[in-house]
Amino acid sequence: MLRVLKQIAHVGLLSEPLPPPNDGLRVREALRAEIARVFARAVNIRHVDAGSCNGCELEIHALENPYYNLQGAGIKFVASPRHADLLLVTGPVSRHMVEALKRTYAATPDPKRVVAVGDCGTCGGIFGESYASAGAVANVIPVDVVVPGCPPTPTALLQGILAAVTAGERKQT
Amino acid sequence: MSAETQLTIKSVHAVRRSTMRRDELFALCNRFATNGGRLVSLWATERQADAEPEYVLSVALQDADGMQVVEALLDSAQPEYPDLSGIFPVADRLQRAAFDLVGVRAIGGGERRWLRHAAWPADAFPLRHAPMPAPGESSDDYPFVRVAGDGVHEIPVGPVHAGVIEPGHFRFSVVGEKVLRLEERLGYTHKGIEKRFESLSLENGVKLAARISGDSAVAFSWAYCSAVEQVANCSPPQRALWLRALLLERERLANHLGDLGALGNDAGFAFGLSQFSRLKEDLLRTNARAFGGRYLFDALVPGGIAVDLAQADVPDLIAEMDTLAGEVALLHGIYDNHAGVQDRFVGAGQLSPELAKRLGIIGLAGRGSGQPWDLRCDLPQTPYDELGVNRIVRAQGDVAARVGLRFDEALESARLCKRLLAELPDGPSAETVGDASDGASGYGFVEGWRGPVFVALTAAAGNRIARCHPHDPSWHNWPALEHAVIGNIVPDFPLINKSFNLSYSGHDL
Repeated sequence: MLRVLKQIAHVGLLSEPLPPPNDGLRVREALRAEIARVFARAVNIRHVDAGSCNGCELEIHALENPYYNLQGAGIKFVASPRHADLLLVTGPVSRHMVEALKRTYAATPDPKRVVAVGDCGTCGGIFGESYASAGAVANVIPVDVVVPGCPPTPTALLQGILAAVTAGERKQT
Repeated sequence: MSAETQLTIKSVHAVRRSTMRRDELFALCNRFATNGGRLVSLWATERQADAEPEYVLSVALQDADGMQVVEALLDSAQPEYPDLSGIFPVADRLQRAAFDLVGVRAIGGGERRWLRHAAWPADAFPLRHAPMPAPGESSDDYPFVRVAGDGVHEIPVGPVHAGVIEPGHFRFSVVGEKVLRLEERLGYTHKGIEKRFESLSLENGVKLAARISGDSAVAFSWAYCSAVEQVANCSPPQRALWLRALLLERERLANHLGDLGALGNDAGFAFGLSQFSRLKEDLLRTNARAFGGRYLFDALVPGGIAVDLAQADVPDLIAEMDTLAGEVALLHGIYDNHAGVQDRFVGAGQLSPELAKRLGIIGLAGRGSGQPWDLRCDLPQTPYDELGVNRIVRAQGDVAARVGLRFDEALESARLCKRLLAELPDGPSAETVGDASDGASGYGFVEGWRGPVFVALTAAAGNRIARCHPHDPSWHNWPALEHAVIGNIVPDFPLINKSFNLSYSGHDL
């Protein structure tokens, strides 16, 4: 136990300040102010891998490391879409995941936002559309914000998530 | 009759290649298995010969003498071959996938579809040359094996899981909390990778190869590049090969650090997650500074490497390994002496060496159950032939063994990185890749962090890809997870699953 405490003290606090939201990533403006008021930036996220190569998932995991400290911003991942405000969807959407993605979207209560992650989630990426791939997330469910990148950095992911749940300029506190 | 050709590959072990009748193939596999050889991969191809399709079954095998690929021409009207799953259990799912994609059937083998759910019609085969019909519905009814008896009930999980992980379906049959049987259903992330390769050039194919399984980008792109270099008769410069090994070991480190944190967390030790995720983040930030990206998706190119390392960065990278090794050793002590963590690790998800051998388990999970396969030691290619990798094996086969293996392998990788950096050869970092001859085949195999990845490639005219079959070690190890979980309680499944950490995308293709 002593060694655990010593290591915690030795490493210290690593958390970095949140980046500002990147409003340029928004692709849909519906109800933004209303949703921002309802969420007040305390957001529950349900992640859905709709067919990705697992690269985006590695960077989504990084959001929870001490540097990015997503939970410190009041944002956390939840185990069920029924508890979620926001779906974070990686792609491309494989045809075998279309039904599961649609059902997950339907199970998420309104008001809800969808952030499509990665080049594949944004436009299908290198996999494109084929007999097996439906391509971009927006081909299957409505998307509010896209975060391109292969994979997008944790900072870009944070900016996209914040763009989805804040209304325009970030409030100074 | 068998005709054997020897492919001489510079800097890579020679792959023996032969063609034989399908009944000879069965006898050869039998002999191979008896002598301790293993099945590397199995796949099928439709070739267009004078506008008539012909079907070829390919089997890659490895034994103490090295790697060999055997091809058998099947009957065009009725493309069938003898079931090999009695010899190599891992062949079962590979054969079912070969039927799903190419329509060649193993006589007497499993008939349930594997990669195909319902996204395309049952009588259409995507890797044939005939155009595919329009996509169909995406849900169907898979005939799971039912377990009956007093108090037995089923828990269906997935494809969308509770955590941030890839999609797949697990069907547990349980009594109370105890797992009687687990049946996996995969194929959800099938996105047509093999078909997509056929529309790419040899040069651009590496981008797709790097995205077969995102956590193994270097392993797959290296295997792909070696295959291209064989068909184009190109030998990459020494410096490029040393840098590839450096990136491969850094990829192994990043994944092992990530897993060690996640395994601590799954055992209720959040301290482990925050410590290891910090170390992993530091490593990724160094990647971004030194190699231009946190993940090394486009670092390798046929002929060499796209990102050279600046000499000025070398001392920092060596110092980083010293610091990392110190931290990992310290955390290893903390894990080993934490009673609560060890209580969860020891004895959980046990897979005996006997069963592991019978099932043909490989890679990290195999070495945790006493199966010593490691391509860096078995068939060392440059620079591993000069480095002398210490083979690390544990026999207990439980979560604790797979955790301990990761600790030891992380330290070994840190040692290898330091040597690679200190002795990095000078010179160019890439060689120009010439033209490939139409129909030439090449093979790449690399020990990734999860296990051996394999790529078989056939070139088409104009430096295009006629066929590319990538194989992830998860094919071998997913069936082992079904065995490892028997008799454990359901709440231990996430921990056991994480200790294997198998790829869905690399398997589903």
